[in-house]
Amino acid sequence: MTTSVIAARVKQKQIAQLISRGKRLDGRGLTDYRETQLEAGVIERAEGSARVRLGKTEVMVGVKIEVGEPFTDIPNEGVLTVNAELVPLASPTFEPGPPDENSIELARVVDRGIRESKAIDLGKLCLVPGKKVFVIFVDVYVLNYDGNLIDASAIASLAALLNTKLFNYEVEDGEVKIKPGYTQLPIKNHPITVTFAKIKDKLIMDPSLEEEQVMDARLTITIEKDGKICAMQKGGQGHFTIQQVMDAVRTAQGKVEELRKIVVGG
Amino acid sequence: MPRKKIEKLINKNGVRIDGRKLDELRPMKIEVGVLGNADGSAYIQQGKTKVLAAVYGPHEVHPRHLALPDRAVLRCRYHMAPFSVEERKSPAPSRREMEISKVIREALDPAVFVEYYPRTSVDIFTEVLQADGGTRCASLTAASLALADAGIPMRDLVVACAAGKVEGLLVLDLSDPEDKVGEADVPVAFMANLNAITLLQMDGMLTIDEFEQVVNLALQGCKQIYALQKEALKSKYVVVKEEVKE
Amino acid sequence: MDMPIFFEKRQLVTPGDLLAEGDYSAGENTYKEDNKIYATRVGLVNYEDRRIYVVALKAFYVPNVEDLVIGKVLEVGLGGWALDIRAPYLAMLRASDALDRPFKPQRNDLPSIFDVGDLVLSKIVDYDRTRDPLLTVREPGLGKITRGQVTEITPTKIPRVIGRKGSMISMLKRETECQITVGQNGLILVNGKTPEDEELAIMAIRKIEQEAHTSGLTDRVAEMIRKEKGSVEHAPKEN
Repeated sequence: MTTSVIAARVKQKQIAQLISRGKRLDGRGLTDYRETQLEAGVIERAEGSARVRLGKTEVMVGVKIEVGEPFTDIPNEGVLTVNAELVPLASPTFEPGPPDENSIELARVVDRGIRESKAIDLGKLCLVPGKKVFVIFVDVYVLNYDGNLIDASAIASLAALLNTKLFNYEVEDGEVKIKPGYTQLPIKNHPITVTFAKIKDKLIMDPSLEEEQVMDARLTITIEKDGKICAMQKGGQGHFTIQQVMDAVRTAQGKVEELRKIVVGG
Repeated sequence: MPRKKIEKLINKNGVRIDGRKLDELRPMKIEVGVLGNADGSAYIQQGKTKVLAAVYGPHEVHPRHLALPDRAVLRCRYHMAPFSVEERKSPAPSRREMEISKVIREALDPAVFVEYYPRTSVDIFTEVLQADGGTRCASLTAASLALADAGIPMRDLVVACAAGKVEGLLVLDLSDPEDKVGEADVPVAFMANLNAITLLQMDGMLTIDEFEQVVNLALQGCKQIYALQKEALKSKYVVVKEEVKE
Repeated sequence: MDMPIFFEKRQLVTPGDLLAEGDYSAGENTYKEDNKIYATRVGLVNYEDRRIYVVALKAFYVPNVEDLVIGKVLEVGLGGWALDIRAPYLAMLRASDALDRPFKPQRNDLPSIFDVGDLVLSKIVDYDRTRDPLLTVREPGLGKITRGQVTEITPTKIPRVIGRKGSMISMLKRETECQITVGQNGLILVNGKTPEDEELAIMAIRKIEQEAHTSGLTDRVAEMIRKEKGSVEHAPKEN
């Protein structure tokens, strides 16, 4: 994430030295995630919701479902739209205003994981072909920023979707009528997103805010339930060698099960 | 205009609809120094994709509070012209354009000696005039040339190329129909000297082995385009053969 | 002497080209990483002893203390002026410098000395990474440009306009009978007896810019000037 805080070079050296000995400021190992707490269904008014605490980073996701028009070039599919808000209360560096490049990137990376893994079968969300479909709004709300918003948001989004209920309906004369009762939104895949930060040529997972402030670059990898990669995003002003990319991919492969259990349950 | 239904993108002989082999780049045309006002500029045509890049700077930053005390800031705007796509696109910047602007800027930053010009900004503008897939890669490649054309010192040229999977086969440099229908698209930007990947994105589905193959395929494409970049930069200047007397 | 150098002298190189490997030093427009020297700009590579450098074909002006520069006033502020000297930074000229005495805001009207749009010949008196370059107009000959013509060339060609030991510029002054003041930032002031003489000088400067990398240039430019002058003298005067 681009921040306006200029990290002291001393801090960077300290963090880098620790990392070269396989340790981090908070005592974690290089591939350890911070303590993760997940609560689903926290917002009753939303069709689905979840709150995630990843260390001190806190993200809430609400899912709302509406009936709307499909895209003209995909007339028989439902619509998924992911938006992220870096609300000012989450960090002294977040300013009020329209979504900036960081919140847009966050939303689009989370979206890519869900969309490319086909976690939601959008084809089943068509109500009146070409005219009416379900529109699924996934709104990511960052409540406290202490590093690694992407992974926290992705976990919360998946949990919220798993928690989402679609209202029952009936289509009569091209009109959609809501009937009593709900069905669970069918979720076909469980994409898990893991993010690495590179600090002086070492890769660490789940960077804290301090680590993000001194990192050269980050690499986010999304892996779906069968072990295939469905999204990837390099961020930050540094670079990776292809060896580092493949190392990260293999480490990610080994890590996603652990995180998937948190969301989907043992 | 209604979308044409394409039957098959790659035939049984491994030939793509535009006649290319699986690992073949589209024909490219590169020109450097095409705009009069910009400090540096470049134009690239890659198949039917046409992009223009311009660089202004380094110059004082406005607004002043955006300046950094120890380095230049890079600002980048990737934008698509309304007429560049099949269905007219609104000129207002879309979320996709904003994300691409960010990743292009982050891909170029490692190449520029930003520490030489504190408190200044280098502004990079890319315009997609016609889009047929690979626009962010072509824009990055053109932006890198525009930076060199502006005389901004760089560690290396940055070159970008995408590879992916279409109809089960791994292919290089996807055109728009291939990207829309294909199983995966992986754009990669590379700086050869530092062995550095500065842009890497992926959407679709690939096994880990496929992913490694696709990235290597993209890097092959990058190496080929890198040679074309150098040629384009040099062809602006007359090559010196004889001794110059002062 | 066993030194891997990967280019011929005066070969055209582009940013990122590997120039040499081994115990060399990185000169102008190059950098060293991992014992290898790479070019940072498009230009002609050369080496002297163990120092590898590139003469850039395209580069913008970077201020140097003691450089003579021609700048355009962009802003008139409370204590002085900000000038565009075609560098990444604006240059500052303090009111006290131009007035040659302490500046009294109520009594001294800055725009009457230099106003927005004025061209000023000045010298860089101070410059470091933490602030904008500082100018002075205290020396003789410096100050507002009130007559003549100013032309602009890419700053990397300025040494060519001056020539070795000033050979090119002496020839230009002699043949065109113009006063020519060269700003290190690429702007050149030409003052002649007639506008035609000035235009001739400017034409010659353009030719130098275009053919900077060739040999025998001094003679060719001198010849061009003489030819042009000769044809002008014989042409009938138009009203």
